[in-house]
Amino acid sequence: MCLEHKNSLYIKIKKPTLVGFFIILNGIIMRSENWRPSASIKVLRKRALVLQKIRLFFAQRDVLEVDTPILSHASVTDEHLHSFSTQFKHPFSPQTSILYLQTSPEFAMKRLLSAGSGPIYQIGKSFRNEEAGRFHNPEFTMLEWYRPGFTHLQLMTEIDELMQLVLDCDLAERVTYQDIFKQHLGCCPLTASLSDIKTLANQHGYDELTANENNKDTLLMLLFSQHVEPQIGQVRPCFVMDFPASQAALAKISSTNPLVAERFELYFKGIELANGFHELTDGPEQLKRFEQDNTKRQNMGLDIMPIDSNFIAAINFGLPACSGVALGVDRLLMLALHCSEIDQVIAFENSRA
Amino acid sequence: MLDGEPCNILENEFVKPGKGQAFSRVKIRKLISGKVIEKTFKSGDSVEGADVMDTDLAYLYTDGEFWHFMNNETFEQIAADEKAVGENVKWLVENDTCTITLWNGAPIVVQPANFVELEITETDPGLKGDTAGTGGKPATLSSGAVVRVPLFVQKGEVVRVDTRNGEYVSRAQK
Repeated sequence: MCLEHKNSLYIKIKKPTLVGFFIILNGIIMRSENWRPSASIKVLRKRALVLQKIRLFFAQRDVLEVDTPILSHASVTDEHLHSFSTQFKHPFSPQTSILYLQTSPEFAMKRLLSAGSGPIYQIGKSFRNEEAGRFHNPEFTMLEWYRPGFTHLQLMTEIDELMQLVLDCDLAERVTYQDIFKQHLGCCPLTASLSDIKTLANQHGYDELTANENNKDTLLMLLFSQHVEPQIGQVRPCFVMDFPASQAALAKISSTNPLVAERFELYFKGIELANGFHELTDGPEQLKRFEQDNTKRQNMGLDIMPIDSNFIAAINFGLPACSGVALGVDRLLMLALHCSEIDQVIAFENSRA
Repeated sequence: MLDGEPCNILENEFVKPGKGQAFSRVKIRKLISGKVIEKTFKSGDSVEGADVMDTDLAYLYTDGEFWHFMNNETFEQIAADEKAVGENVKWLVENDTCTITLWNGAPIVVQPANFVELEITETDPGLKGDTAGTGGKPATLSSGAVVRVPLFVQKGEVVRVDTRNGEYVSRAQK
């Protein structure tokens, strides 16, 4: 039985009492009110102003706005990302083909970089299946940008400037994943063994979860999200740098420390706001990581994803040394407008869409 | 089912790093002990479903050890023990419908109707002329429950009480 739905463990059957009657009545009113936006018009006006600010920020820096496809023939292989897919019927072909809704515009934007676009940004919709909650809507607005010639540290400075502009906040602090993990959990995430991390998780009451878990990264993600994230970036934004190499995704492995990747995340007031990389520009290594992802998918019983051969070809042609970041615009707006739920900053959250 | 107890999910929070594993942080009430606990599951993990259902039954009588309820349609009877009835014993009125939670067919929780009508068996005589309650006075009801009633309500009268907060609502309509 899946734990994704509230109260799914059993179904309560109750004779409609007086209170029950009002709940039913309320439900009818709620349904008939479902045409209304989940965000107030006031918030939507502010949202438009923030988007204007972001576009002006990039225009002043000569970063080109681009618009890449939402529908693609290939998608991410990352075992933690679930793509939506749909069928394309070409008018001249009897066969249909599968198209995926992008989970981020990363591959297409990197193809533009390889083709010589120079610095680019995009504000657009991304789609992730199996994600919904206070901070998640299955479709959301992503701001993604790439800076050829920047290291991830230089890019972090630019992100910081955008944050100060939009959120009127202080300069962000910078910590390493290793230091902040050690500080809050008293254990080195890079050198600890799986059994060390299991013991640590058990000390925090996750016995049942650890019993059948043999993936160190899963446990690190659990501990980090539950015991580090809520503690950091409460006053000013906080960059966490140098993620474990096993969580590199599409980042370069550090040349000075092979245990870490040149990947960072930005947190502010308990919200994960952005994820960035000093981008991997090694085509064969990228292909290897995608194939490893698919092996993991196979072992987990997930569908194997088609590898984006155009993306691999673009890297092989020559992806310029660059850094890039993806930032959740809806979450940025939650912070800018002091909203506690993502629904409050998007016109129609998914159940009303 | 958790630790051998059927549970009710009160809250379920979706936790997921952008690049990483999704988790569900759930707040659970254990139906037998009544304890509320927090648990974290990996998204997609499963637990055993509990064979739990609620059924509406009429309260018949108690023999001191068990409280007997009957399904008015099938005339099937069920006996709940002290543990299942718990504090709600003071709101049981003969022939009133209660919601009984059954786990594997056995009653584990007895929930009285939201409003019950009970006779006052003991209360101080109030002042004549007092209309709305200013403070009120304690009154003992036929079931043993003690509620605060307005001063004008007298011994022998039947009053309507909200069982969820134990508050007096009105005098019963005769």
